[in-house]
Amino acid sequence: MLAGLYSFVSAGLFVVMDAVDVAFTEAAVGAGISTVLMLSTLALTSRRSKRSIRTRALPLLVVLVTGTALIYGTLDMPHYGSPGAPANHHVAPRYLRESMPKTNVPNVVTSVLASYRGYDTLGETTVVFTAVVGVTILLGVRRRRPNRPRDGGDDS
Amino acid sequence: MTGHLVLRVVAKLLLPLILLFALYVQFHGDFGPGGGFQAGVIFAAGFILYALIFGVRQGRRVLPGWLAHNLVAVGLLIYAGTGVATLALGGNFLDYNVLAHAPAEGQELGIMLIEFGVGVAVSSAMIIIVYMFAGRGEDDGEEDRE
Repeated sequence: MLAGLYSFVSAGLFVVMDAVDVAFTEAAVGAGISTVLMLSTLALTSRRSKRSIRTRALPLLVVLVTGTALIYGTLDMPHYGSPGAPANHHVAPRYLRESMPKTNVPNVVTSVLASYRGYDTLGETTVVFTAVVGVTILLGVRRRRPNRPRDGGDDS
Repeated sequence: MTGHLVLRVVAKLLLPLILLFALYVQFHGDFGPGGGFQAGVIFAAGFILYALIFGVRQGRRVLPGWLAHNLVAVGLLIYAGTGVATLALGGNFLDYNVLAHAPAEGQELGIMLIEFGVGVAVSSAMIIIVYMFAGRGEDDGEEDRE
């Protein structure tokens, strides 16, 4: 539930930062579908967690070190919207200038995603496909119950 | 599921709007925010709402599992097939310029095609994943009766 709320808040943040497409995805996937998946996973698992026998110091240490490294990394990032940022220099101006005459698509995000970065998006779609294959292999196999005969007519 | 009258009525009111909005996001993605991925997820969310309220069994009756499985592959094939089509027409892989007479029109057509592929693949993928997770618990009792 907290994760869903967090996703919704970050979707709001993305809107504030003018990244409407990302906000859209975050609201739909992060706040919507992930929450449903989380709840159905909770329904599958048992009500109480097993008592952990391991010490808690090591995970805490790992989390602290990773968090410190990430925060340290953000210190070097350019300020938001600064014209000197590398993101605003490399190919972005060319995309913004040429996207409309070259692709007839006013939404630059779409044209970059689908045309300039077509290979990447093909890879992404393949990742989604692979995820489905994985989930099907892990969860989709019917458990056979030898003591009860099947009535037939199952559709998969 | 027989109870929850309010839920069922509200869901029935919302469902067409959700699906329509998904289609709008899909085909208006060239002009406004959105695109195949977002549209696919919203479309799937409509189905998932239906399956949540009326039960996964009823959801499977609307969109059977095998059909959704095939649709994931079909979506990916639409995408890759567009690339192969551009190859066949003499361009590079996923080089949409050759799809129509003018390069820009070809780009527009190609982007729409692959966005459609992404939308189909993503929506059925999300539906399958939720079916798998949510149907796991119900399978124990209900699968035998089908």
